Amino acid sequence: MDDALDITLTVNGMPVTRRVPVRLNLVDFLRHELGLTGSHVGCEHGACGACSVVVDGDVVRGCLMFAVQADRAVVETIEGASENGRIKSLQDAFHDRAALQCGFCTPGMLLTAAALLARDPSPDRKTIRGAISGNLCRCTGYQAIVDAIETVTKSVGNDD
Amino acid sequence: MKAPPFQYRRMETLDELLRALAVHGEAASILAGGQSLVPLMNLRMARPDVLLDINRLNELSGIRVEDDRLVIGTLARHVDVLNSPDVRRHAPLIANAMPHVAHDAIRNRGTFGGSVALADPAAELPACCLALDAEIELRSQAGARTVPATDFFLGAYETACTDTEALVAVHIPIKKETVSFFEELSRRRGDYALAGLAARASIIGSRLSDIRLVFFGVEDRPLRAKATEAALEKGDAAAAEAALEVDLDPINDPQTSSAARRQFSHVLLRRAVDTWLPKGTIDG
Amino acid sequence: MTEAPFRAPIGEDVRSPRAPRLLAGRGKYTDDISAARIAHVAYLRSPYAHARIVAIDRDAATSTPGVLLVATGAEISDDCASWRGTHDLFPGLVAAEQPPLAINRVCWHGEPVVAVVAETRAEAEDAVELIEVQWEEFPPVADAATALSGPAIHPELGGNIGFETTVEAGDASAAFAAAHLVVEERFRFGRHTGVSLEPRTILADYNPAEDSLLVHQSHQTPHQQQDLFSRLLGIPEHKVRVVCPDVGGAFGLKHHLHGDEITACVLSRKLGRPVKFVADRLESFLSDIHCRDHEITARMALNDEGQITAMEVDDLFLVGPYSQYPRSSIAEGNQISRLCGAPYRHTDYRAHLRMLYQNKNLIGHIRSVGHPLAAAVTEGLLDKAAVCLAIDPVELRRRNYLRDEDFPLTSPGGIEFEHLSFNACLERILEMMDRPALLAEQNRLREKGVYRGIGLTTFVELTAIGPEYYGGGGQHISAQEGCFVRIEPSGMIRCMTGVTDQGQGIDAGIQQIVASVLGVPVDDVRVESGDSELSPYGGGSWGSRGAVLGGETALRAARALRRNILDLAATLLQCDASALDIRVRNIVDATSGQIRMSLAEIANTGHFKPFAFPKDMQPALAVVEHYASRDRLFVAGNGIQASYLEVDPETGFVKLLGHWVVHDAGRLLNPLMVKEQIRGGVVQGLGGVLFEECIYSAQGQLQNGTFADYLVPMAAEMPDIEVDHIETPTATSELGTKGAGEAGTAGAMGAVLGAINDALSPFDARISETPCTPDRILRALGKI
Repeated sequence: MDDALDITLTVNGMPVTRRVPVRLNLVDFLRHELGLTGSHVGCEHGACGACSVVVDGDVVRGCLMFAVQADRAVVETIEGASENGRIKSLQDAFHDRAALQCGFCTPGMLLTAAALLARDPSPDRKTIRGAISGNLCRCTGYQAIVDAIETVTKSVGNDD
Repeated sequence: MKAPPFQYRRMETLDELLRALAVHGEAASILAGGQSLVPLMNLRMARPDVLLDINRLNELSGIRVEDDRLVIGTLARHVDVLNSPDVRRHAPLIANAMPHVAHDAIRNRGTFGGSVALADPAAELPACCLALDAEIELRSQAGARTVPATDFFLGAYETACTDTEALVAVHIPIKKETVSFFEELSRRRGDYALAGLAARASIIGSRLSDIRLVFFGVEDRPLRAKATEAALEKGDAAAAEAALEVDLDPINDPQTSSAARRQFSHVLLRRAVDTWLPKGTIDG
Repeated sequence: MTEAPFRAPIGEDVRSPRAPRLLAGRGKYTDDISAARIAHVAYLRSPYAHARIVAIDRDAATSTPGVLLVATGAEISDDCASWRGTHDLFPGLVAAEQPPLAINRVCWHGEPVVAVVAETRAEAEDAVELIEVQWEEFPPVADAATALSGPAIHPELGGNIGFETTVEAGDASAAFAAAHLVVEERFRFGRHTGVSLEPRTILADYNPAEDSLLVHQSHQTPHQQQDLFSRLLGIPEHKVRVVCPDVGGAFGLKHHLHGDEITACVLSRKLGRPVKFVADRLESFLSDIHCRDHEITARMALNDEGQITAMEVDDLFLVGPYSQYPRSSIAEGNQISRLCGAPYRHTDYRAHLRMLYQNKNLIGHIRSVGHPLAAAVTEGLLDKAAVCLAIDPVELRRRNYLRDEDFPLTSPGGIEFEHLSFNACLERILEMMDRPALLAEQNRLREKGVYRGIGLTTFVELTAIGPEYYGGGGQHISAQEGCFVRIEPSGMIRCMTGVTDQGQGIDAGIQQIVASVLGVPVDDVRVESGDSELSPYGGGSWGSRGAVLGGETALRAARALRRNILDLAATLLQCDASALDIRVRNIVDATSGQIRMSLAEIANTGHFKPFAFPKDMQPALAVVEHYASRDRLFVAGNGIQASYLEVDPETGFVKLLGHWVVHDAGRLLNPLMVKEQIRGGVVQGLGGVLFEECIYSAQGQLQNGTFADYLVPMAAEMPDIEVDHIETPTATSELGTKGAGEAGTAGAMGAVLGAINDALSPFDARISETPCTPDRILRALGKI
């Protein structure tokens, strides 16, 4: 049997206590222990960004943290960010611009884009492309995603 | 790809870490940012019996100026190094290297010390350490020692840090009136470099001296091109090109040949020379 | 009665109905789905390209806590038939029988050998490591020369040539002998793979109490899988259900049969528990279908006016040790041998194709099967000729394109073309890119030692393959489509289609057609797909067929329902059905637009008060229609792409500056979805020409199995892509729509290859090997 530890953390605003195998990574914990399947697994080596979640305010790779490392942390997934409304402008822009097709990269893209706009409210296209350069999309070719993010920068108020 | 089983210990103090290292030695790995270690564990290429999580050792995370040195704690996150005004002012070479290190999400967790301790041949930070004459501070239960960067990087993923030591900080001498040059060639933004050059020199009048030309991604460790440095110190760009042939023995891999790496190194050298000679830009 | 015209929302930029839940993180991909008592499988895979399995010692694995079952290839084959990837339309194609897991011998690096089922994937992987296999290595067939002259991988086939053919028209030899100019090039197209972000995933749940199988699978063709699982596993077909929920990218990859996936079904039957398999990224690179491994020598003959008189192609097509199933591996080679030269007037043609087995992963269908290579070869030769003849490459194309008046025709490659709009696309792209400005900039920058290139590639895209190809080929692959439409008592519309949607926007297109015919807002229509039990029998989505065939079927089904509704309304309103229409949820007078009653009212009456109608009138508020295109093998579209880029001759690095596409896909149901499909397809094509390669060693071992060393395009290096359309509807269907999903990939490779060669022309350097890495460009320049 794997070693296991108790962890207590906040996920999408709710306190969570669980006993977890120490080698269980954060995204697998969120997906299979908590049923928050909006974060996705694409590579398990940190290269594709599908597993992106927010830990203590930073976007991180959920496949490169063990769940035990998130003890005492504040974690937000795409579900939480969607429900609390903080990414609504981005979601609307993505929808309008058809900046998603299969949707698998989309949660990671949205969280990454939100983090960009939080630190740089008016990035140019080159900056936007650089900011999402760690998120693999195989369907859109990226342009619609860049367009959608750019739309939000020009719009009258971001939510955050 | 799920990591193999391991024991997990959360370190609450530096002493606890050093004790654990003394006990477990090579059976243990330090978990800092995890951005390099965890992929290797998921791929089952790294299999520590014990993982020592140092993320709560806040005393190791600072970036500060001490007299004539910039001290970067091992746990300083890449994003903090990127945004640090002290790094920008006192080690612009590192500040210029940071945007090339992976991507935002990786930089949010990855640590300065972790990158230096890993010593990936194509990584930016070991090369910067070498170019800046950094001193690497190691601690063990037996005590503390500093190793000059020039003696620290021994090969691919191999450093002078022993199994019972932890890298706790990197000390970078602050030098006035220096110029630096950083460039890397990679296929995509954030990739490891196919070849890169981290370089620094002192400028007195219009003469360059104390030149450090550190190529990375070219051999199995960051490499100071010493003959090339000597030629440049004499102001002889043509001799520097020739000397580079002697200094370099580039590696081969399935996608990029040693010949290509050799070509890249020459291009990077030329770009550095064009930036510095006849007139350099003063950093400090 | 007058049929409804193609009114809105057909032709509008309707957004995908799947998008809102995907944006909220509420998609349902196969790994999001679980089941009671679920178990997980991991595989021991061959470390060698070619080896005998001498012995397998699994005792340590079997006795590991958490492990439920360890099964060898022989044990899996007890419960699952093997398959052979033949194709009746290619009777000369010989293929060996392939088992789900290797038995006695492994034939490619990564072939699955032993299955370990455990409570968790991690434990299964732990147990895999405890299995000891004794191997006896054989020398691998890992290149064309060895494949041609070395020992046969499968001695019963007599050699490694799986298929050989010559496609001929006219007298190519004579044309070459008489030519004013012959240009020739040897091309090497590197092998790559599909790389869907969601890996291949299957959850198999066998119910022993009723001998039924429920499968959730990330896949494009649920009915095909229903057939395969039924036949190969020996389960009655009506007790096999395959559900394809949200799919995170497919690109053709996910319409094949993979042995590790059907094995999950076998394991579920053996255990009586649900078994899930998720291919991790490493095993994706090892065992997902690969594509595009070709060595092509081609020549083009031209007269002194720059007219193409003949073309000749020799294609060495390097596949895996088996022909993929169920479609066979032949398609890329078949397309290339028939599509080279397709845009141009010529009568003399020869293409020689040899499909060679190797000890590498299997080759199958990945987006734009063979088309990018045919286009790159053709356009590459033409550009070379343009340089030799000192004729502008655009002018050379104008001189040679098939013209409107040439159609319909059968090409020298044997393809029937209804109508293709080459000249119209060319003129439009020249406007869009402002070629004179780019040429001026190119010249100006050359003086400064900056080398930019402009490349053009014309392409033809065969879409929406009809039943003759696979049905005629003896394969159980549906090319007919089904669509079910029902009006709910409240007037809302349900639609179930036999095509599927992995993000292409096919759901939206179907929604638009049904909404248009039934006169309701698009959001009143809900489209469901992907369930072999609930979806009308159909072919799923592949080969750019979804919108074309699914759309045409939806049109028929919606019209049938409309007729039924109007018949009912006419009875109640005591008028002729032809005098009525449905607009904005109301039954109206077709001429005046006056509202007679609501759609909801007729639906409610039909469902709950059938006594309102005469006794001999049974309200049929649900219909299902099926449709197979009978007139032609496929629908051909065409287009042209342009690339503008910069090559650094010192480093061999390429910077993409601009990309343009003009494409003719007939009537566009949804221009937004089509444009985005094209952009995505272009970027996949850019990946194939610049970055992506499955690199095998001389020993046949894959060298790059992670995203660190298999490079896919990321955002920072990609250009903005301008897309415009010409619409030449096809007469082979009412909607007049042609497939568009693969068009972006078809032309991107040739455009970039051409642009790189244009940039390198001052150095008298040429590159004809993909991907065009810095290494290869430096070698072409003679710098290394």
